[in-house]
Amino acid sequence: MRRPGRLLLGAIAATVCVYLILPTLIVVPISFTKTDFITFPPQGFSTRWYAAFFTRPEWSGAFVTSLVVATFTAALTTVLGTMIGLALPRLPPRANRLLGLFFLLPMIVPAIITAVALYRPFAQIGLIASVPGLIVAHTILALPFVVINVAAVVHKLDWRIVDAARSLGATPAIAFRKVTLPALAPGIAAGGIFAFLTSFDEVVVALFISGSGATTLPVQMWSGIRFEISPIAAAASCLLLLGSCLLLALFSLLKRT
Amino acid sequence: MMHAVRRHGPYVLILPGFMLLAGLFVLPVGQLLATSFGDPAGSFVHYERILTQPVYLRVILRTLTLSAATAALCLILGYPLAYQLNRSKGVARGLILLCILIPFWTNLLVRSYGWIVLLNPQGVINGALREAGLVESGLPLVYNTTGVLIGMTQIMLPYMVLPLAAVMSRIDPRVMDAARSLGASPRAAFLKVYVPLTLTGALGGVLLVFMISLGFFVVPAMLGGQRDILLAQLIEFNVNQTLNWPFAGALSAVLLVSTLVLYAFGDRFLGLRRLWGAE
Repeated sequence: MRRPGRLLLGAIAATVCVYLILPTLIVVPISFTKTDFITFPPQGFSTRWYAAFFTRPEWSGAFVTSLVVATFTAALTTVLGTMIGLALPRLPPRANRLLGLFFLLPMIVPAIITAVALYRPFAQIGLIASVPGLIVAHTILALPFVVINVAAVVHKLDWRIVDAARSLGATPAIAFRKVTLPALAPGIAAGGIFAFLTSFDEVVVALFISGSGATTLPVQMWSGIRFEISPIAAAASCLLLLGSCLLLALFSLLKRT
Repeated sequence: MMHAVRRHGPYVLILPGFMLLAGLFVLPVGQLLATSFGDPAGSFVHYERILTQPVYLRVILRTLTLSAATAALCLILGYPLAYQLNRSKGVARGLILLCILIPFWTNLLVRSYGWIVLLNPQGVINGALREAGLVESGLPLVYNTTGVLIGMTQIMLPYMVLPLAAVMSRIDPRVMDAARSLGASPRAAFLKVYVPLTLTGALGGVLLVFMISLGFFVVPAMLGGQRDILLAQLIEFNVNQTLNWPFAGALSAVLLVSTLVLYAFGDRFLGLRRLWGAE
């Protein structure tokens, strides 16, 4: 490519990068403001909004609820998704295709439809406004991501190492635990991280089925942004941003191994 | 027991997840759709209402237009970015990747909140424009269709760039050299050789963005106006405000069938499943 073309391309790419990152990073300076409302540039420097986040029960409680729900969701989806990811490639091609699509459905169906559909059955069995209800709903939503990640590593697995372990006298159970599982571990962990984040960030289904006693952080953010524009939402945003960056770093490390 | 596991092993492993999705996901969605046909006045009254009342047709048309505009903007902004990502190395490549992946992994609400801070009448952008003396009063950049389009495009862009970059990275650079050495101008080589090779990725990205945009709820609700709502908001309104579940079921059926048809098409012809997995 000639020089002017290269410069123009670089300038366009840089502009698009700014457009992508700006709304993500703008919450950082806002969250350290001293004032009771949002100003730009922010006035003074204080950590009062972080203190408010951790001391106000509606925010800190929602944070704890989200952590609990996301942890259980990640654990459940990791177990269920690993079982599915291991089994799919061993099915006949037709069953593999159909069931593969079936397990992707929660990712394809728009969240608003899932949210509306789950409301009444969840109310009937007493899962509305409860932590177990949120865990069940988020497990359904996050399962596809674990299945995708595990199926990807199962696909790449060299089964000869498992055969080698078997021919050297390992029982199927030992070969699985000592050879298959460690080989698949990065993919399983990557799926688990994705499931955790899916649950931690999920807002549409949680808006419908959470309630007093089981409000997640995104639901609290939703009302915090729509009904009171307070810098406390900026502090919450910053903490979420930090969490996402840490998980992204962990995920990239796992993908590299 | 062990015998059964060995013989039907894969199916036994799938069973718990299958039961969960069948009982608490597929069945409830089916029930929601079924309520839309249960009216004593006739099975299709709710669908007739959607098709005959201009107000609902306008919502559907607005949703289609906005999703198409989002997909088009994502392609226009995403193609050069994916191209640049693919030819960059080292620090530059890392920075571009961070600019794509950090927003992709950040909560939707955080990004919507960031856009409100930037775009509102007293916000950062309007403040800067006023300082520069370019505008008198604030421009209406948010709580309207402009705001939704700005926010949606930013949020959907990674779904376009990542598949496109993956397709571009598989192109053998020698095909461009071959085209040039056979006498093609740089522009002709790009348009006649490079672009066609990226066509599946581009179409796949456009389809993926369009499909996800159709059912989007959070961003239009945060950045859009009260008046020009989209299909997902109309479903929510019928559940929470008018408590008209059968009508919400009919609207859901319209949205779900459109989404599934688009997905099936993309999966069959554009390898959508692989593109989506590229995340």
